[in-house]
Amino acid sequence: MTDFTGLTSVLGAWYDFRDLNNLQRLITEWIADWGPDWLASIITGVLGALGVLGVIGPTLLILIWVERKVIARFQQRYGPNRVGPRGLLQPVADAVKLILKEQLAPRAADKLIFFLPPVLIFVPGILIWGVLPFGPRMSVADLNVGVLFLLAVSGTAVLVIFMAGWSSNNKYALFGAMRAVAMSISYEVPMVLALLTLVVFSGTMSVNGIVEWQQQEDVIFILLFPLSAIAFFFAASAELNRTPADISEAESEIVAGYHTEYSGMRFGLFYAVELGNTLVVSGFIATFFLGGWWLWGLDQWVPSWIILLIKTGAVYFLLIWTRGTLPRLRVDQLMGFCWKALVPATLLFVVVAFVQRTLLISEGWDTTIALPIMAVFNIALTLGAIMLFARVSRPAPLRRPARIRMAGAQIGGLRAAREVASRTEEPQFQVGGD
Amino acid sequence: MTTADDTRLAMQGTIEALTTGDGSEPVVVNLGPQHPSTHGVFRLKVTLDGEIVRDAEMRIGYLHRSMEKLAEERTYTQNIPFTDRIDYLAAMSNNLAYCLAAEELLGVEVPPRADAIRVMFAELQRIASHAMANGTFINDCGAWHTPLFHMFRDRERVLDMFEMTCGARLTTNYMRIGGVAFDLPEELLPTLESFLADMPERIADYEALLLENEILHARARGVGVISLEMAINSSLSGPVLRATGVPWDLRKANPYCGYEHYEFDVPVGEQGDCFDRFLVRMAEVKQSLRILRQVIDHLPDGPWLADLPLHARPEPGEAYQRVESPRGELGFYLVSDGGPAPYRFHCRPPSLINLSALKEMSIGGTLADAIVTLGSIDIVVGEIDR
Repeated sequence: MTDFTGLTSVLGAWYDFRDLNNLQRLITEWIADWGPDWLASIITGVLGALGVLGVIGPTLLILIWVERKVIARFQQRYGPNRVGPRGLLQPVADAVKLILKEQLAPRAADKLIFFLPPVLIFVPGILIWGVLPFGPRMSVADLNVGVLFLLAVSGTAVLVIFMAGWSSNNKYALFGAMRAVAMSISYEVPMVLALLTLVVFSGTMSVNGIVEWQQQEDVIFILLFPLSAIAFFFAASAELNRTPADISEAESEIVAGYHTEYSGMRFGLFYAVELGNTLVVSGFIATFFLGGWWLWGLDQWVPSWIILLIKTGAVYFLLIWTRGTLPRLRVDQLMGFCWKALVPATLLFVVVAFVQRTLLISEGWDTTIALPIMAVFNIALTLGAIMLFARVSRPAPLRRPARIRMAGAQIGGLRAAREVASRTEEPQFQVGGD
Repeated sequence: MTTADDTRLAMQGTIEALTTGDGSEPVVVNLGPQHPSTHGVFRLKVTLDGEIVRDAEMRIGYLHRSMEKLAEERTYTQNIPFTDRIDYLAAMSNNLAYCLAAEELLGVEVPPRADAIRVMFAELQRIASHAMANGTFINDCGAWHTPLFHMFRDRERVLDMFEMTCGARLTTNYMRIGGVAFDLPEELLPTLESFLADMPERIADYEALLLENEILHARARGVGVISLEMAINSSLSGPVLRATGVPWDLRKANPYCGYEHYEFDVPVGEQGDCFDRFLVRMAEVKQSLRILRQVIDHLPDGPWLADLPLHARPEPGEAYQRVESPRGELGFYLVSDGGPAPYRFHCRPPSLINLSALKEMSIGGTLADAIVTLGSIDIVVGEIDR
């Protein structure tokens, strides 16, 4: 380390680029020299917020391009490739188009409530970023109840969505809003329970604290509590309205759901927030379950926020992948999956976390030995739970295999149909079933 | 009336609904004529109790072009392009059905090469149409266009072959009374060979992606069920009928164009639900490939069009001919009064008659089920309205 010479040492002395937080500290110290303490915290807070906003804006534009390109590749298409190099400016062109478009409002809409949601939806969308740690001390607000803050803030978005759906005075919008409310409230439960597992086990509600715990114990939470990770991932994709859980804006059923009546940039704002939420939720999944800015010592060499961004990108890719591949579940199936599968499973893991935590703390088990054992136990439990669910939960029509018979020379109506159905010996094309 | 009045009236309705009876009233929702999943300009008026469909009303006619009446003013040959536009996703099959009817009326003998070419294009059309049907069906199940675009690759190759042969991709106008308009171009057979060579791998891909997909099973199994008896009584045909277990395929039951010489099976389902319809279509594509292979191997030489005056005047009489189009039994009924144009031109569109069972299939299910069921019937609105 001391061998670093030339530019690196100069830069290193001035500003340690591994941690952007140093910049904030410099500013704080500089203000503290001449101003009161509260001024320093206000200015650094505003700077942090501006920094987050400055990151989100351009990132969203790039993300739109990335998502469209990746989906296009899944679908054997080129994706946007006309505007700018490799179509990179397509999102900008789209944004310009959306801004220039007329903003229509239905005649019978409740004007004020119709106007508010595209703006209000930004509030939780931006606030959530506040507790996402990009580095050891690098979050806008390192709250000691960060997890609670995250859940509380993300829960308010559903109110805005319902405002949009209700005020539009459109049946599709109303259906979309009803579905969104039902789904958000349901999926909040497994989401909370999944995070409760981590909170119980690590003993802290600070988001940064959870990352630091993973760093301390040299383990990432997806290994310790895989089912919580899966549940959180699925619940998050449901809250984000992404397939297989995009029922609140199911295109083939209710056109665009709660934002059917929004045109121009009002729609654009919904769209932007949705993408932003997807990104921040990917970030939180990476933080909670994949170790966040920490990666087995690599964070000593690579800027921590780059590590987080890479992990976030990986989760985001997974979300795009599921979106590009899977069909959509029905409303009742989605609710059933939440209440019958995710809630009991996450609840089970809360209990498991309690027991294991007690073993570690009260019984004083050695973490270096106990944690791998617990990880293996929990992974086995997860696989068992998933297999049990797959076996138990199948509705009756799915238990029987779908069979295609080859009628061969048999042709005709009812009688021929019965004869074909009564044949058992011939080779059949069979799919599904227990 | 001002906006405030509107809002107040809407609120009043809501309050009345909340204060009478059990506090709820059914909602009538119009799906279409402009809706992402009505496959054209078709309007489905559903009465919903929450998400449950209590009543469904089909409104058709948005694409009515009065083809049957127009056809009475044109000669038999001039009517062929109309048939392209009846079912624009299976133009070849429609050409074929009409030409068969006209041939019966005129008593024309079709050369064997023409028959083989007709079978070839009818089966290619079936592959293209089923690719579209299955792709949009999965789309209606909520997949984000991915299976659709994958299946479109195959459809594109088929359409390329159409273009190669007759210059058009969608509205082909290729069949003629007494044969086909052009002989096969040189490059068609090699293209077809490579298509046949690639398809098994493609189909294996689709099956790997879709057949064991748990979400697709959950969405399509036991949804939109129609019983065997009901299907027969509603005079359904095509994959919708075969999915209920009835082995009814006009290529076997009433062979035309020499289908009796080809070896193929008729896949039938068991449950009559949306998933069985999807599986039947998947299996039918394989059978079509089998038929295509046999057509190429035994392609006869000779003329491809019978010697026939362009403005033939058939004897007074009537003729009905039907073919197994990708959507079911497609029939054309022609009446001649001895003039150059048909006195009556009637089409039996499989889409319209299959669609008539939609109400039966969708009542009691959810809104999402109704959409999936509509997708699984595989309608073409051009054919429904004509």
